[in-house]
Amino acid sequence: MAIDAATVRKVARLARIAEPEERIEALAQELNGIMTWIEQLAEVDTDGVEPLTSVVGSALPLRDDVVTMGGDAALVTANAPKSKDGFFVVPKVVE
Amino acid sequence: MTALTKLTLKGALDGLAAKDFTSVELTRAHVEAVEAARPLNAYILETPEKALEMAAASDARRAKGEAGPLDGAPLGVKDLFCTQGVRTTACSKILENFVPGYESTVTSQLWRDGAVMLGKLNLDQFAMGSSNETSYFGPVTNPWRASGSNKALTPGGSSGGSAAAVAADLCLGATATDTGGSIRQPAAFTGTVGIKPTYGRCSRWGVVAFASSLDQAGPIAKTVEDTALLLTSMSGHDPKDSTSLDIPVPDFTQFVGKSIKGLRIGIPKEYRVDGMPAEIEKLWADGIEWLKEAGCEIVEVSLPHTKYALPAYYIVAPAEASSNLARYDGMRYGLREDGANLTEIYERTRAAGFGDEVKRRILIGTYVLSAGYYDAYYLKALKVRRRIAEDFDKAWEKCDALLTPTAPSAAFGLGENSNDPIAMYLNDVFTVTTNLAGLPGLSLPAGLDANGLPLGLQIIGKPLDEGTVFSVAGAIEKAAGFTAKADKWW
Repeated sequence: MAIDAATVRKVARLARIAEPEERIEALAQELNGIMTWIEQLAEVDTDGVEPLTSVVGSALPLRDDVVTMGGDAALVTANAPKSKDGFFVVPKVVE
Repeated sequence: MTALTKLTLKGALDGLAAKDFTSVELTRAHVEAVEAARPLNAYILETPEKALEMAAASDARRAKGEAGPLDGAPLGVKDLFCTQGVRTTACSKILENFVPGYESTVTSQLWRDGAVMLGKLNLDQFAMGSSNETSYFGPVTNPWRASGSNKALTPGGSSGGSAAAVAADLCLGATATDTGGSIRQPAAFTGTVGIKPTYGRCSRWGVVAFASSLDQAGPIAKTVEDTALLLTSMSGHDPKDSTSLDIPVPDFTQFVGKSIKGLRIGIPKEYRVDGMPAEIEKLWADGIEWLKEAGCEIVEVSLPHTKYALPAYYIVAPAEASSNLARYDGMRYGLREDGANLTEIYERTRAAGFGDEVKRRILIGTYVLSAGYYDAYYLKALKVRRRIAEDFDKAWEKCDALLTPTAPSAAFGLGENSNDPIAMYLNDVFTVTTNLAGLPGLSLPAGLDANGLPLGLQIIGKPLDEGTVFSVAGAIEKAAGFTAKADKWW
């Protein structure tokens, strides 16, 4: 399964992290080291075992579909890198 | 006023109740200690004015006879808990200037009960690390040093700031979080007590998310009783966290000091790992002896999947982290870097805003969740996770609690493991199993190694049975008589 440079580039793109070209080889080696160590999980017999996604009861609680917080645009946008008149200012994405 | 910082939380609350001193006096003593201890880098943000204001309000409440259970006690807050109007960074660059407009549920409960906030404590970036070295603000230095040495040691991680602050008397207790051992390993490295409760006891609302199915908040403090006091206040149902347990919270302090006669204590044989220092073996044997003397029955149990817990964790935790940290897109809050198009802005923002370990884990998480690998890695790890939980279920047929070492070594030097991710990950070998199974685990100091550094023992309990954990811990604390403190060099 060795992780090669192409896989690192692909995963970094999926994760939206710019990795400089000179880091790719080193990263491939690091990730390979970790994944090789993880490979030992293959030794465990998990036939017929249900995946455990949560240690609390499986039924998530429901709540009434009502607004519990809101109406405070200034608070919501207070940490925005760019905002104007209670709106987030984002780069143009539609031509 | 240094004597006031030497008090335990319980001792301080008793002193406040007896009007021996005021919260303002107690808080001022701590503020001064915090200022004097900047070389430790435990606090990344001091809030002395807020602390003294809260202390004065506490004194006023007490004068009116309205004091809460923690009224007037100065605490530190791990900088993973959102604090309204007070910068909260997760020790990352991407949140360097983030000021929450809301308060985490756990901290709001501490303030409800009268506690005073001294400031925000250092941690590994996004709680990812076991040595505090991944913090954007630099590592915390452990107040403890090996005898005859000036070498800087790690306080452990990720709650290194919390543990160091408690050990150095820079607060009476601190909030912390534990995803794979981040409360218990630092507690062991600093001679302090820390408990990760059952998953769901403490609300995760307002705590910066790392791996949501594993993250749990808990306290670090100077004694078992102090952690019980704090956990009682921090726990409780919160509708804002869908995994928060809707069950009553007992007063955990009632369990400390309770007889443990007749309890069956399991010793998991798989925790006797290769290369474990003889001193830790010895400490473990001492713990077994103390519990026998207290009337416990010692039974050997087997947790056969123990060795697979860490590899499973390093799939589950990064997978959840890669999903949780997708929110840092530079649009709504946090750092934003410039770029030619939207994708480039995202990529540059995240490259600049995350440290190396965080990026490493996001990449692993993205990889194990990506098409073609999901079943082989992520699903496999979740199945192994069930095997690990089943190991504990079987053990509970034979025993009421488990006794293990907390960490495979004493505190190590800063920089010693930072180039070897797997060596660093192995720090959590004894603690990570309880996160995967959702069980409560407590670490308390039980002895010193030959270099004079503290070592911890861990008690693991059944789900929701923190009570037994506190009772066993109280008995070990009493028998061990651990009173050593780090020599003040800062």
